[in-house]
Amino acid sequence: MSEVISFVDTVIVYDNFPAVAGATFSVASGEIVLLQGPNGAGKTTLLRACAGLLPIARGKATVLGVDLKSDRATVRSQVGMLGHSNGLYQDLTVAENIGFWSRLVGAGNDDIAQAMRLMGLSERLSEVKVSNLSAGQRRRCALATLIVRRARLWLLDEPHAGLDADGRDELDKTLRSARDAGATVVFASHEIERAKALATRSFKVEGGVVGEA
Amino acid sequence: MSRPNKGKVFSAVLIKDLRIELRSRVLTNQVLPFAGLVMIMFAFALDNDDVLQRVAGGLIWLATLFSSLIIIQRSFAVESADHALDSLRVAGIDLAGVFFGKAIALAIKLIVLDFVLIVTAMLLYRVDLTGPGLVLLVTCVLCSATGLGFVGTLYGGLTAGAKGRETLLPLLLLPVVAPVLIAATRATEAAFASGGAQTSEGWAWVGLLAIFAAVFGVGGSLAFGPLIDE
Repeated sequence: MSEVISFVDTVIVYDNFPAVAGATFSVASGEIVLLQGPNGAGKTTLLRACAGLLPIARGKATVLGVDLKSDRATVRSQVGMLGHSNGLYQDLTVAENIGFWSRLVGAGNDDIAQAMRLMGLSERLSEVKVSNLSAGQRRRCALATLIVRRARLWLLDEPHAGLDADGRDELDKTLRSARDAGATVVFASHEIERAKALATRSFKVEGGVVGEA
Repeated sequence: MSRPNKGKVFSAVLIKDLRIELRSRVLTNQVLPFAGLVMIMFAFALDNDDVLQRVAGGLIWLATLFSSLIIIQRSFAVESADHALDSLRVAGIDLAGVFFGKAIALAIKLIVLDFVLIVTAMLLYRVDLTGPGLVLLVTCVLCSATGLGFVGTLYGGLTAGAKGRETLLPLLLLPVVAPVLIAATRATEAAFASGGAQTSEGWAWVGLLAIFAAVFGVGGSLAFGPLIDE
C-alpha cells in the first residue's frame, strides 16, 4: 500500500507556538486512522497541516506524494477536510449542494448519483433543502461533496460531534464505505470506544507529540 | 482532483447564488418592498412634483445604495451560516473565480432592483424618459450595478467574519461608493433631462462609472483571496 501521509520530525508552528513538535508518523492508502488526545493536544493543528492549511516550520512532510513545504495549494485541492461545520448551503437541496461541487470540479451526473448512493442519500432526500435535514443527514451530504470532489484523503475533525446514536452509526458505516471506495480517512475524536472500533490504526497526540496508541 | 479553473468556479458560484435567491426570494420579498417604501417616503417628505422630478436621480441611487447593503449582507450570510466559504477556501478553490461569481450575481440583483426603482420613480415622481435617455440610463445602470457588485463583494467578504459586521459594512462601504452615487445621479439626471440637463452630458459620468467598475473588478479579484484567507 502506498503512503498517503508521511511526516518525519515535522514541526508545525501555530500562532508563534510549536503546536506539533517533531511528529513522525505515516498513513498508508486505505487506512482509517484515529487521532486521539486531550483538548489542545495538537490534533486539529495536525489535521489542518495535512490539509495544507498551515505551513511546515521544520522537518519533512508529504501528503499524497506532494511536498507540503513547497506546494500546499496542490495538496489543498486533493484532500477534503470537514471540521465541526458542514460547509453546506442551507437554502439549496442535497442534490444542488452536491451539484455545486460537481460543477466546480467538472464532475458529471453519474458522479453525483454515485456519491449520493455511497452516502445513502436516497432520491427522496435529494430534493430536500439542507435546512430541513437532520444533523446526521447533513453530515452525509457534506461527505458526499468530498466524494464528488474525488478527495483521496479525508481529514475529519470530531465527525461524530452533534450526532445522535443513529447518526453516529450511519456515519461509521459511511466512512467504511468511503474507505472501501478507495479513500483514506484520518479523523480526530474524543469518543474513544466508538472511534477505536472504526479505526484500523490509532495515534495518540499529546503536548504536540505524536505516538502510536 | 485537478484544481478547477476560474471559469468553472465563476459559473458555479454565479448559478449557485442566483439559485439561492430564487429559493429564498429575499430580493422580491424584502429588498424590493424596502426600496419601494424608501421611494414613497421620499415623495411624502419632499411633497413637491418639481422638486421630486429634479432630485429623482439622486433618490433612485440613494435607495439603491441602502438596499444594496441588505443584498450584500445576505450574499455573505449564506456563505458564513455553515462556513461554506471556508470550505471553498480550504479546498483550494480559485477565490478570484468566487469573487467574480458573487459580484456578477450581486450585480444582476442590483439591475433588477434599479429597474423597479426607475419604474417607481417614473410613476411616483412623473419623470420622463426619451429614447437616447433610455440608452444612457441602461448603460448607467449596467456600469453602476457592476461597480457596486465588485466593491460590495470585496467589502462583504472583508466584513463577513467580523464582529458587528451589520454596522461595519455600511461604515466601510458607503464612503467608497460615493463616486458611484455622484456619477450615477448625474447620469440619471441627464437621462431624465432633470433641471434642463442634456442627455449627452451624462456619458462622461457613465465613463467614470465604467472606470470605477474596472478598478474594483481588477483590484477586488486580486485582493479577495488574500483577504478571505486571512
